[in-house]
Order: sequence, then structure tokens, then C-alpha cells
Amino acid sequence: MSLLDVRDLAVEFRTRDGVAQAVNGVSYSVEAGETLAVLGESGSGKSVTAQAVMGILDMPPGRITGGEIVFQGRDLLTLPEEERRKIRGSKMAMIFQDALSSLNPVLTVGYQLAEMFRVHQGLRRKEARARAVELMERVRIPAARQRVGDFPHQFSGGMRQRIMIAMALALEPDLIIADEPTTALDVTVQAQVMELLADLQREYNMGLILITHDLGVVADVADKIAVMYAGRIVETAPVGNLYRTPAHPYTKGLLDSIPRLDQKGQQLSVIRGMPPSLLQIPPGCAYNPRCPMARTVCRTDEPPLYEVVDERRSACHFWKEMFDAS
Amino acid sequence: MRADHSGRAQAPGEGREALLEVRDLVKHFPLTQGVLFRRQIGAVKAVDGISFDLHKGETLGIVGESGCGKSTVAKLVTHLEQPTSGTIRYKGEDVTRLSGRALKAVRRNIQMVFQDPYTSLNPRMTVGDIVGEPFDIHPEVAPKGDRRRRVQELLDVVGLNPEYINRYPHQFSGGQRQRIGIARGLALRPEVIVADEPVSALDVSVQAQVVNLMERLQDEFGLSYMFIAHDLSIVRHISDRVAVMYLGKIVEIGTETEIYDHPTHPYTQALLSAVPVPDPESEGKRERIVLEGDVPSPANPPSGCRFRTRCWKAQQRCADEEPALAVPENFAATLPDEPVHHPSACHFAAERATVIPPVG
Repeated sequence: MSLLDVRDLAVEFRTRDGVAQAVNGVSYSVEAGETLAVLGESGSGKSVTAQAVMGILDMPPGRITGGEIVFQGRDLLTLPEEERRKIRGSKMAMIFQDALSSLNPVLTVGYQLAEMFRVHQGLRRKEARARAVELMERVRIPAARQRVGDFPHQFSGGMRQRIMIAMALALEPDLIIADEPTTALDVTVQAQVMELLADLQREYNMGLILITHDLGVVADVADKIAVMYAGRIVETAPVGNLYRTPAHPYTKGLLDSIPRLDQKGQQLSVIRGMPPSLLQIPPGCAYNPRCPMARTVCRTDEPPLYEVVDERRSACHFWKEMFDAS
Repeated sequence: MRADHSGRAQAPGEGREALLEVRDLVKHFPLTQGVLFRRQIGAVKAVDGISFDLHKGETLGIVGESGCGKSTVAKLVTHLEQPTSGTIRYKGEDVTRLSGRALKAVRRNIQMVFQDPYTSLNPRMTVGDIVGEPFDIHPEVAPKGDRRRRVQELLDVVGLNPEYINRYPHQFSGGQRQRIGIARGLALRPEVIVADEPVSALDVSVQAQVVNLMERLQDEFGLSYMFIAHDLSIVRHISDRVAVMYLGKIVEIGTETEIYDHPTHPYTQALLSAVPVPDPESEGKRERIVLEGDVPSPANPPSGCRFRTRCWKAQQRCADEEPALAVPENFAATLPDEPVHHPSACHFAAERATVIPPVG
């Protein structure tokens, strides 16, 4: 049994302009100790899926219209809010992109960390504070004892992100969802934070869902990748294979369009057009208006997730051509 | 042309006329205390003595972490900020001393493209007004009756439908908005465009479109770019020469190959090694240098070499003596066309093989 099994999840948002289909039948699973990277551009539904798993989706305007989220054998969507709140924080935790706006600016970081222990474990103030210092040391914040009374703005971006990680780890959850954890950070700091996250994951044998748009970050730490486009998963694969032999034209387009540090290219190849509006997802394959391989069938029939080889799936009618060509 | 004392790394632009000559540029922002009697208690040394040239038709990339002063350099060059000291010569004329009409004429030739296409366009103006606004300030460029046509031409040049002239910014996607920003930058037919993180806010698949557009426009109009970004891969792709900044100083400068394939400054090496490469195989062959700690405060930079507090090579000499930006002593004997022969501000500059292994 997987730690987390998302099956056919569908989420929509009611807006003034119509219904936005943010997530359209997404399925993925994460095992203990495994890192799943969910890759996609803005609006691909990668964060909305994660929010639905965490149970922090704004409803309304959001609405889960179908699917199951099975976590440690229980379908979270059938649980009452009271039950879900107990799971949130203690069994699964989330790390957000922007630490400065996710931390409370008028409370000290020590207080915010200690709050986790006081609320969930009923610890006393003093004990909770001691645990907070311990946590700060674990995420390698120098001089933790002196800094526990500091406010979020007194920390640098990298240090703040460490506090976020500490907060997520506080109750030793089984699953961590990190939504663009390093996007706001400089590369040198990004390397520190990713290393820390990977170390801690190994130590606690946690499942990790890493949501990102950065193909580079993923290559380094993920075990498997799910690529999302317009609310659907278009390709899933173990990490190495995806880079060598992309089996979906969108994945290939993404890989080709990023400049490489180790190569001085001529012209960058480009995915023409832009991602579709979620209010009006094209019929058939959502990627067909931008796809260089699109044919008639792509405009009419939505491709299922075809099984390519073991553990690899691609939602392209012509995955075989793609696969053989690469 | 003035004597070129900023280093000998101008190989591709050498012989060509330098459009911009920046010398010993300094910008300190005062830190004050007290409300009624404000007194200065210190200064944030955002830019602390940098020199470089920008040649005609070339792209100079400037990279560094946040807070290293790269955006302040952009603001100084476009004269949005007055430097504390130093000179910026545009075609031999010191821009920092100009005012009034002469300044306006220079500003016409140095335009800027901003990072965030969501906040750098006025939401209450139509695209036509935004792109045509430079003509209000410099009416000599386009006579009034001709402006609408000129704006439509510009939209066409950057790949937008000229019929969108009456639309508002919110009706466009991020990539399209950045094209509007570029069209506005091009309106006055400038010679230099300073682009401060022009693609950082865009999605991966759209970044490539905008980068390609900028390269095409450069060829078409003979533009010179100062391309400021924290994304080292994009900078490598677009730049002819690259300057690496750390805490208000240039620590290493050279051609794209010199900096990326033969970096000799430890900071450049650490920076490059930290960039994730989207290829698990090549990733495995690299040696990652993970720097300890954070960038020190620019209000109180370390003595001597500013990088020494995070550098694994640091010794007493680094604290006592500030390294100059010049070809390091141990490479002085190399020929000027060898890639290690470029300015690097380190007492212990050396090559390191495993920063970016070549791909087979």
C-alpha cells in the first residue's frame, strides 16, 4: 500500500467568467522515503492538487468534483474536517514558497515553532520552547538558542525557509509537500536548502512531494516525476529516463527550451503559443494547439495515460513515435 | 578611446568602440538615525567601485545573488540613480555630470526593460499609450500624426498583433506583457538596452520565446545589451561577456567561455556548481560546492576580500589585503588568448576541473 494514493482527482473553481477546470483526473502515488516531483508551468494545477491533498483548498470558490485521496489507507475526502485537522501538521505537512509571507510577522519564530507542540501535543510553554530550539538546530540554523526569540524579518531568505522546514518537520510527519520550496532563493542558498531537505527526508524516511517548475532542481533529488499540463498529468517516469527519452511532446518541448549551463546553444527551441485558459481547455489533447506533432485525432480524442514501459506513462497518442525517435 | 584599465578581458569587443565605459562606480545609500536631526550612521555599500566596458552590438551579462548590487548598477547606468562617485561615459561623454537637455538626449539612447511585466505596465493605460509614451517625452523621434503607426510597427516587431493597440495590460499573458515592455524600450531606437531580470518572472516555455526575441532584435537593430539576471544558464546563452558580482564588487569578468568553462574565482566556481543541471547523468559527475552561511550585510562588508567569510580557501592575507580585479599572478605568464587569462579578484585564483564537466 502506498503512503499516498491520489486517484482521478478533479477540482474546479467557479469564477465570474465561468468554471475553471484546474485539475482534471490526476492520479499519482508516493511511497515512504520516496520523492515525487510534480513539474509544470503556472496554471498547470500542480499546486491545486497539493492543496487538495493537504485539505487547504479555498472552498468556495474551489470544489473537489471527483476522485479519492487515499492516505495511509483512508480516503481523506470522506473524513470530517475535525479528523483532517489532526492529520494536517502531524501526519502530513507543507512547505510553502514564500517563507516571509507564510510566517506570522508579529510573532517570534520560537513562538510559532513552539505552537506546534503546544497545540498538537499539549506540551507546556517551556518544554515546547526547548523543542523549538532543538528543531532550529536540526535544520542547521546557527546560534539557535540566541535566535529563537527573533522575528521572521530578522532572518535571511534561506534561514526563513529553514524555519519553514523546521515547522513542517516539527511533528515528524510521514509526508511532506514542498511547493516551490527554493524558487525565491538564490542558487547557492537553494543548494543548501535542497541538501538539507534531502538529508532530513532520508533520516525520517518521509514521503516527499516536490512541486516545482525547475527541471534542474528535479534532476538532482527526485525518484520519479509527474509532468502536468492544463490540469492533467501528461507524463510520469523515473527521473533519469524522462530526461533521456521524453515520451510526450510537451516534456520534450520543455527540455529543449531551457538554456543549459553546460552548453552554449545557438537559438533556443521554443514551444509556440502559451498555456490554455483553464476556462476553455481545448478539446482532445489539451496540448494540441501548441504541439508540433498534432494530427486530427489529437483535436478530437483525449489521450489516456498510455503505458510506455514499466513505470512510464505518457498521455500522447503518438508516444511510440516520440519514444522511438529519442 | 580612453586607456582601458578595466582589464584585458574584452577579447570579442576589442578594437571596437566602447559605447559605455564605467569606471570606479560607487553607490552608497546612507543609513540615517533620528527624525528631527537626521544623522548618517553608516551606508549600504550597494555598488563599491566597479569598472567595465560595453561595446557596440555585444551583450554583457551581469550575474550575482540578490543583494550583490546588480540592479543598482542597472539604475546607475540608466541614470535613475545618481552615483556617489565614479564615471559612466557614453560615447566618451560623462553621463553623471549631464543635466537638462544633454541628459535627456543620452537617456533616449539608454533604455530599460524591467523584471516584472505585471507591475511595470500601468494598468489604466492601453498598450498604445504605454508603448507610445516615450514619444511624448521625446517628440522629435516621431511626429504626432505618425505615432499610432509607429506603435503598431513596434508591436509587430516584438511579435504582437498590431490590432491589440487598444487593449489593456491585464488582457495579456506574462510573456506578451514582457513583449510590450520590450516594445516600449525599443520605441526611441536606443543603442543600449539595460534588461534587469527580463525573463525571471516568466514560465519556462515562454522564457525561451522572449530570449529568442531579444536576440533577434539585437541583430536587427544592432543593440547592445546589459543583461542582468540571477539565472546563470540564461546569461550564458545570451551573453558575449559576463561579469560576476559579489557584495558590490565585480569578482570576475571575461568572455562567456572564460567564465563558464574556466572560472578561476572561488565564488564563480561555487555559483556555477550550485546551478542544478537538468540531466541526472551530468549531474552525477559534478562536484557541488555548497557555500556555508549567507551573504554578509553590504552595510558592513568584511575587510579585504569580501568573499572570504564564505570561502574555503580564505587565509590571513584575504582579510588584510583586498585582491584587485586583474589577471591573477599565477596566470600572468599565460598568453592573452588562453581562457584562464582573464581578470579575477582572488589571491589564490585557480582552475577547478569539475565545476561543469563537458557533456559527451
